[in-house]
Amino acid sequence: MGRLTHLQALEAESIFVLREVAATCEKPVLLYSIGKDSAVLLHLAMKAFAPGKPPFPLLHVDTGWKFREMIAFRDLTAKRLGLDLIVHVNEEGVKAGVNPITSGSAVHTDVMKTQGLKQALDKYGFDAAFGGARRDEEKSRAKERIFSLRTPDHRWDPKAQRPEPWRTFNTRKRKGESFRVFPLSNWTEADVWDYIALENIPVVPLYFAKRRPVVERNGALIMRDDDRLPLLPGETPQMRMVRFRTLGCFPLTGAVESTAATLPEIIAEMRASRSSERQGRVIDHDGSSSMELKKQEGYF
Amino acid sequence: MRAQLKLVETSTPESIVAEDPAAVASGAAAKRSLLRFLTCGSVDDGKSTLLGRLLYETGAVFDDQLQTLERDSVRFGTTGDDMDYALLVDGLSAEREQGITIDVAYRYFSTAKRAFIAADTPGHEQYTRNMATGASTADVAIILVDARKGVLPQTRRHSYIVSMLGVRRVIVAVNKIDLVDYDESVFHRIEQEYRKLAGALEFLECHFVPVSARFGDNVVAVSDKTPWYGRAPLLALLENIEAAPQSDDAFRFPVQWVNRPHLDFRGFSGTIASGSIGVGDRIIALPRGRSSRVVRILGPSGDLDVATSGQSITLTLADEIDISRGDVIVAASAPTAPQRHVVARLLAMNEAQLAPGRNYVVRIGANLASARLVALHHQVDVHDYSEQPAAALPMNGIGLATLRFETDVVATSYRACQTLGALLLIDPHSNETVGLGIVEDDVGKAVDPTQMWTTRLATGLAEFGVLPADAGQSELAWLAASALVTTLIVLALSGSLAVSVMVGLADFVVRPVLRVLFRSTWAAASRRRAAVRETELTTDGGGI
Repeated sequence: MGRLTHLQALEAESIFVLREVAATCEKPVLLYSIGKDSAVLLHLAMKAFAPGKPPFPLLHVDTGWKFREMIAFRDLTAKRLGLDLIVHVNEEGVKAGVNPITSGSAVHTDVMKTQGLKQALDKYGFDAAFGGARRDEEKSRAKERIFSLRTPDHRWDPKAQRPEPWRTFNTRKRKGESFRVFPLSNWTEADVWDYIALENIPVVPLYFAKRRPVVERNGALIMRDDDRLPLLPGETPQMRMVRFRTLGCFPLTGAVESTAATLPEIIAEMRASRSSERQGRVIDHDGSSSMELKKQEGYF
Repeated sequence: MRAQLKLVETSTPESIVAEDPAAVASGAAAKRSLLRFLTCGSVDDGKSTLLGRLLYETGAVFDDQLQTLERDSVRFGTTGDDMDYALLVDGLSAEREQGITIDVAYRYFSTAKRAFIAADTPGHEQYTRNMATGASTADVAIILVDARKGVLPQTRRHSYIVSMLGVRRVIVAVNKIDLVDYDESVFHRIEQEYRKLAGALEFLECHFVPVSARFGDNVVAVSDKTPWYGRAPLLALLENIEAAPQSDDAFRFPVQWVNRPHLDFRGFSGTIASGSIGVGDRIIALPRGRSSRVVRILGPSGDLDVATSGQSITLTLADEIDISRGDVIVAASAPTAPQRHVVARLLAMNEAQLAPGRNYVVRIGANLASARLVALHHQVDVHDYSEQPAAALPMNGIGLATLRFETDVVATSYRACQTLGALLLIDPHSNETVGLGIVEDDVGKAVDPTQMWTTRLATGLAEFGVLPADAGQSELAWLAASALVTTLIVLALSGSLAVSVMVGLADFVVRPVLRVLFRSTWAAASRRRAAVRETELTTDGGGI
């Protein structure tokens, strides 16, 4: 690896992981969350199996509360690359009226994302699911394996993880068990942006600064993507120059004030920034072990 | 607490924290090299603190993470009123509560020159397997030594494991130098002591640096409290140390996946394990030994003329030869002979100990093959590096063993090629990873001749099914004892020594032979029964 640049080394490692799953698992799927990490993951998957197509479909677990620009970008991307896209919505959650505004972020995330994901994996019988998670995102993720084994009911046991030396993966599993596989484990946020710039990978326009209608709530700038976001007394959406560092459900994702409208500007801004990308995520702040708990329950 | 933080921040050299945006835009970041290293040391040597310090001072820790750290320092911290940098890296809640590192955590930071992947590994002996995991991908090891305690048994253990897993460059960080008043003689004594122990290992380079992880001396910037040191601080060492691959130059390419999107394309995908390959080169596909010529090399960004170690590529060949996952494509000029026996240094990674007579699924490169552990030659005492006889390897135990494969496998020594010299031992029933192995230089050499004849006899008999595989020597002893009892009974009944000895011997010989006959008859009968069942199922639609 010594002669490769660090991005080439990361690229080679990710391609290796993608192929490993295609060769050893029966029915893999790529969890496509539309964000920048998913964009890189998808780009690497196209490379790994060229000149053919990736031998697995894309799955988007939709909560019904994603930004409209994300959904448009998702459909366009699947069409542009000629890939199968499965969209799954937890209909039980919809019927029960779960939403991020009145149910709260914890319940909404659990029902619409975690439960929704489990439903979709069970419905289609996928035995391996690629995710774009990176170890630098959050502390409990720093110890997650690249091949992460889940029980038949999708639980993760951080204390019983298989040792994972070298890149010699133990891909054996019992019936009903499945893998979550993270080809971008060793990438950082900076690597992702550098690679997007280097490879000219399309990303959702929400990452670039633009004047958008936002309201300020609990210190976060929430974009009013549609009128399902009720305005509190005295609130009026203001047009401000903002962009997003991560993308999720619009009522739960804080924007940052920024003028960075091009990739080099985004990269420069990120390098100078003093806060982590997950700061804008409302769901991470319940306590420092909260992500570990969510993961044990099956959150990606 | 705030004031102290500010102080540290302003004393950090600008060049490390903020990169020139123009340089980023011009693609300088894309030209950085990658260095993987691990930190290891005894409990409380301050590994996590050192890593937390490196992350903090290179700007890899953000303000909101620092706020969480401040909260957690009050709750779990072990450093009084100061920030506990260890809490930046100890991620699992069990670790925070116990104040120790259990699992390997990977951390990321970068400077203008290099991107770093750091494996923070546990110091406790019961987590040796996790340390070995961290060492397996590392180019460099930082071995921490507490200045007050000097070289400890743990230092010897960590150094052995690091060397065994092929790390050839180490940096010995003599930590807590503040607690010995920055004393030069303490540092030099530890350096000498360590050089003595390193003589028994295979390091190419040993660097020594006096640091205080807690106060940051010689971590990023040279400390004015150690004027006698006069060499580079830790981060500069990491930026400049060589990270050459450990393999030789022979082309080896484990086939990971056969790419066949349509009838006109048949490519073999994988990552080059060693050496390089060019279009037109002649190759041989092992283990079957069919030869051909490279027609195309598809790299991640299109066709290549030449590809080299570490690149993930797809090859197409001039001839339609049968190659599948697990095969290895090598240069025709440097073929490797497939083999049945492999001598490897094993590390047991699971509660289920590694024992002679047991069967494992072994992964080498992309190949999965069944193998039996036929002999355990010795266990290594990782504290004094001596070799002791052992019946089995307990969890975290290291020893030399011979594996016999059911099929021909392509393996090389770990020294020649890490990918094809690295083994994973998997329990065929539980699917757990129970051990790792490093293929020794004397690949293919048969069972060690110095071992006891009884072991060899037991192993030999077990191979023919005369003895149960798990039992070996004990089964042999049982046979002898029962034959002896038979002899004594016959002696008491008949009073004739000659007759009783003959009956005893007959018992010793005939019993195992009967066992073989019985087993083979029984096996044949069950095969017939299974065959009948299968036919029924097939005609039935196979239950699908």
